[in-house]
Amino acid sequence: MPEIPAIDELTVTLAHYLVVSGLVFGIGIVVALAKRNAIAVLMGVELMLNAVNLTLLAFSRFSSAFAEGDEPLSGHAFVVFVLTVAAAEAAIALALAVLVYRRQETVDLDRVNLLRW
Amino acid sequence: MDSTGIVIGFWVLSGLSVVSALLVLLARNLLHSLVFLVVTFLSMAGLFITLSADFIAVAQILIYAGSISVLMVFAVMLTPLASRDNGNSIYLLPGLLGGLGIAALVGFVAVDTDWDERTGEGLAATDFPGTVNAIGDLLLGRYVLAFEIASVLLLFALLGAIVLVHDRPRSGTAASEGGDD
Repeated sequence: MPEIPAIDELTVTLAHYLVVSGLVFGIGIVVALAKRNAIAVLMGVELMLNAVNLTLLAFSRFSSAFAEGDEPLSGHAFVVFVLTVAAAEAAIALALAVLVYRRQETVDLDRVNLLRW
Repeated sequence: MDSTGIVIGFWVLSGLSVVSALLVLLARNLLHSLVFLVVTFLSMAGLFITLSADFIAVAQILIYAGSISVLMVFAVMLTPLASRDNGNSIYLLPGLLGGLGIAALVGFVAVDTDWDERTGEGLAATDFPGTVNAIGDLLLGRYVLAFEIASVLLLFALLGAIVLVHDRPRSGTAASEGGDD
């Protein structure tokens, strides 16, 4: 039976954060693909963007490509841009959902089939 | 990172974020899954703090947990006749396969690769530096063009949202209906 390590011998590495990020990204994919409500689909997209942010920050934290005290924090700048684009995307997508609702009285993506041949 | 607080914080916050992300998928009511989404955002912000990203964590709380979730509440409330159940479409099985595949792939790559990462003393030396000055220098220095493009993008998203949802009075009928459409 493997010995259970004491709490101060545990350590958190890059792989831990990447696994968490992969899990959240996978859940986000399931939510984005499998939900009927357009707003729920948008929630899945936001989950995926959040997982990507976690990956960027983890690599920025653990990267050994730069000398100590000289980290340029480019990952943080990327995350700022991802946040910006996510906010813009959420505003547009929710406006689209409200517009579709006003036309069709539904945001159920299975029933928005105007373009079906 | 082996300081005890960060280890405990990582396990608690990552468990919280993964479980509440699962509950976003499993909750029966759309508003409940929205609440779990906010919990996911907040625990993600905590994870960002364990990564010494203080500015991003605060921005995450402000933008995601604050404004985007309020936008979503508005969207749910503005579609009152739509179904509130968080039902699944016919794409549940491919979605599950794709999500599991991606998560397994990322997990395998993360565990299997020998990352050339900083550990121990070198990493502890950079615990919790102030990141705001460095991010400001980057945004107005190396990434200034992207910064400007992002501001233009935000402006056009604002205009686009207004144009999409704005009720144009239909020509001819608007006057007789009194514009109460």
